[in-house]
Amino acid sequence: MTLDLLRFTTAGSVDDGKSTLIGRLLFDSKQVFEDQLEHVAAASVRRGGAGTLDLALLTDGLRAEREQGITIDVAYRYFATERRRFIIADCPGHQQYTRNMVTGASTADLSVILLDARKGVLEQSKRHAFISALLGIPHLVVAINKMDLVDYSQERFDEIAREFQGFAQQLNATRGERARARDIVYIPISALEGDNVVAGSQRMAWYEGPTLLELLEEVEVAYDHPHERPARLAVQWVIRPGGDAGGEDHRDYRGYAGQIASGALRAGEEVTVLPGGERTRIAAIDTYEGELAEAQAPMSVTLRLADQLDVSRGSMICAGERAPTVARELEADLCWMSERPTRPGGRYLIKHTSNSARAIVDELRDVVDVHTLERHPEPPAELALNDIGRVRLRTSAPLVFDPYASNRRTGSFILLDEATNETVAAGMIAATEP
Amino acid sequence: MSTSTRPQLSHLRALESEAIHVMREVAAEFERPVLLFSGGKDSIVLLRLAEKAFRPAPFPFPLMHVDTGHNFPEVIEFRDRRAGELGERLIVASVQDSIDRGRAVEETGPRASRNRLQTVTLLDAIAEHDFDAAFGGARRDEERARAKERIFSFRDEFGQWDPKNQRPELWNLYNGRIHRGEHVRVFPLSNWTELDVWEYIDQEELEVPSIYFAHRREVFERDGMLYAHREGVELLAGEEVFSETVRYRTVGDMSCTGGVRSEAATLREVVTEIAATRITERGETRADDRVTEAAMEDRKKAGYF
Repeated sequence: MTLDLLRFTTAGSVDDGKSTLIGRLLFDSKQVFEDQLEHVAAASVRRGGAGTLDLALLTDGLRAEREQGITIDVAYRYFATERRRFIIADCPGHQQYTRNMVTGASTADLSVILLDARKGVLEQSKRHAFISALLGIPHLVVAINKMDLVDYSQERFDEIAREFQGFAQQLNATRGERARARDIVYIPISALEGDNVVAGSQRMAWYEGPTLLELLEEVEVAYDHPHERPARLAVQWVIRPGGDAGGEDHRDYRGYAGQIASGALRAGEEVTVLPGGERTRIAAIDTYEGELAEAQAPMSVTLRLADQLDVSRGSMICAGERAPTVARELEADLCWMSERPTRPGGRYLIKHTSNSARAIVDELRDVVDVHTLERHPEPPAELALNDIGRVRLRTSAPLVFDPYASNRRTGSFILLDEATNETVAAGMIAATEP
Repeated sequence: MSTSTRPQLSHLRALESEAIHVMREVAAEFERPVLLFSGGKDSIVLLRLAEKAFRPAPFPFPLMHVDTGHNFPEVIEFRDRRAGELGERLIVASVQDSIDRGRAVEETGPRASRNRLQTVTLLDAIAEHDFDAAFGGARRDEERARAKERIFSFRDEFGQWDPKNQRPELWNLYNGRIHRGEHVRVFPLSNWTELDVWEYIDQEELEVPSIYFAHRREVFERDGMLYAHREGVELLAGEEVFSETVRYRTVGDMSCTGGVRSEAATLREVVTEIAATRITERGETRADDRVTEAAMEDRKKAGYF
C-alpha cells in the first residue's frame, strides 16, 4: 500500500463540537477500537449522558482533562483511509492556549477551523485563522458545524462564509506576505449527525462541494513539486567510522547526514556549503538501501562530497536559484511560550535547524492584539505568555536561513532559557527588507 | 484547492525519515544515549532505524534490556542473536539483581508480576551508566495517556514524568537540554501506528520472535485474557490449563502479557488480521493497563517507560 501522509490541525473549543468532529472522523472511518468504545460508553453513562455515545470522550486523554471535561494540550490522533494516512494535531481553542495551537500548527499541512453555525464568526475563529496563516499552513478549511441546529440553511452557511472571507481578505491586505491565508474552502457539516464529515448529506443537497474527508484525501501535501523549490540540507551528524570500526572499506568514509528540508538533490550536482560559502559537488547520496541518483524532501540521507571541506553539524548544503541569507541579525515573529516575559536585551539560546547559538532580543517592534488581531502601533515593553510579536534579534554566530514564508524548516527557530532549559518562544524569520 | 498528484513518498518512508532525523539529533545533542531493546516489535524497528541513521559506523550508543527474568525464552534468544548480528553492545539490567540487592521487592500472590519492578531497575541502570537519553519504541496510538506524549519526554531526577512539565515540540526542533541527573526518553516511533510497525517489518523483511505468530501453547484464562502457563504460576480456583493456538500482539513480561487466539502464522496473515481488528493492542493483551482508567498515566508519573 502506497499512501502519502497528511498532517492537519483542528482548532475550536469544546462547545464548537471539535471533539465530536474528530470522534466522527475516527468512528466513521472505523479507526476507533471496540475497547475504546466500551470505555467511552461507560464514561458517557457516568457523566449522566446515558443513551447516546458521546464521541467527544474518545479524544480526551489525561485525567485532569477528563475531570474538568476540557482539552488543554495538543493531542495526536491517527487514522488512515485507502487513499491516505493522517495525523491530527488536536489543539485547544481558548486564547490562553495559543502556544498549544502554535505547536500543533507548526507541522500541519492543513488547518480545520471549526465554527458553530448558530454563532458564526467569533473572535476565536479569527484568531485560529490568523495563527494558521502566521504558521504558514497552506490550506485552510472552515467547517461550519451544527448545521442541524440551523435547519441546514444554505442562507446561513453563505452568510457565514461571506463574513469569514471578508475577514481573510482583510488579513491578507494588512499583513501582506507575513500572514497570508492561501486558499480557503468552506464546508457545511454536522459532526453530531454525520453530515458531510465522512458521508455526504441528504439534508444539504444544495451543497455540491466535497465532504471533509474527501477534501482531506485529495489536497496537495507539502512536499509535492520538490523540483520547484531550492534545495536545503542542514547537516545533523557526521558519519565517520574511522579505524577498524567499520572495516577496511569504510576507513576513509566521511558522510554528512541530515534531513532534506526542501527541494531535491542529485548525485553529481554542484552545491554550496554555508556559512563558509565553498562550492563542491555531491559525490554520492547514500542511504541504507544504497546510493541514490536523486533524493527529495523530507528524506533523511547521507551526502558524500567531492572535496574535503570543513563541514560539520550546523553546516547548510544548498542548491538552486535562490541562496539563503547568512547573517547574525534578523527580524522574526515570536510566539512567547513562557510565564516569564521577555524584554529588550533578554538573552537566550537559539536553536535553528541543527545550529545552536546565543541570542539577544535587541528590540521589540510590535505585538499583535489578541482581540482585534491588529499589530499595536506602539512597540510593547514586553512579550508575555501567548503574545505574538515582531522582534529584532542578534546572534553570537551566523545563521543560515530563508524567510519563514518561503521555507518553514529553514525559516523557523526556538528560543531556550539557559537557566531553566525551558523552550520560551517559537520564532518565524521575516523576509529581509530589500 | 490544488489536488495531489501521485505521492512522491510513501507514508512509511516519510515516518521513517522523521524517525531517523530524531535519532541523529539525539546522537548529536546528548553525551550518553542508550537504546532500550526488549526484543519486541517496536524495538526491533528501532534497531533498523538506527542502522539507517548511523551505518556504516557503529551505533553511537549501546543497547539495553531491562530483564524481568520472566521473559519469553524465545524473546531472550532473539534478543541475544540480533545484538550479536549487529555487532552492537548489549547491556542486560536484571530485575532479579535489583531484588537480590534489596532495591526492589518481589510481589506475591497469584497476580504477582515483575512489571512494576522494572522501573526501579531501569532508573538504577540509567544512573549507574550515567545515560542522559534513552530511546524507546513507544507510540502515541498505543494508549490514551500516550496521545499527548512528546517525542522528547522529559524525566526529572526521580525519573518521573509530569504532564504539566513537558516542552512544546515545534516543527522538527527538539529541545533536549537537561540538568545533571535528569534524562530524556525519546520516542522516534511516536507518530507510527501498530499497523505501520507491522507493515514496516514486512517491507524491511525484519525478523521478529516466533511468539508473534500463531503457535500452540499451554495457557489459562483469566480476566478474559489468555496467559502462558509456566512453572511457579499460581492458579486461582476454577482456572484450568489447556492447549490453544495463540499469538502475541505485544511482548511484555510473561506474567502480564496475554496471547490472543489466532491462526495467523505468517507476517502477511498477522498484518491482515491487525488491519481488520477492532481491539487496540494494549487493551486486548496488557493486564497492567486495565487496573485503573488512568493506569498508564499513573505509572509514567512514577518513572515507567
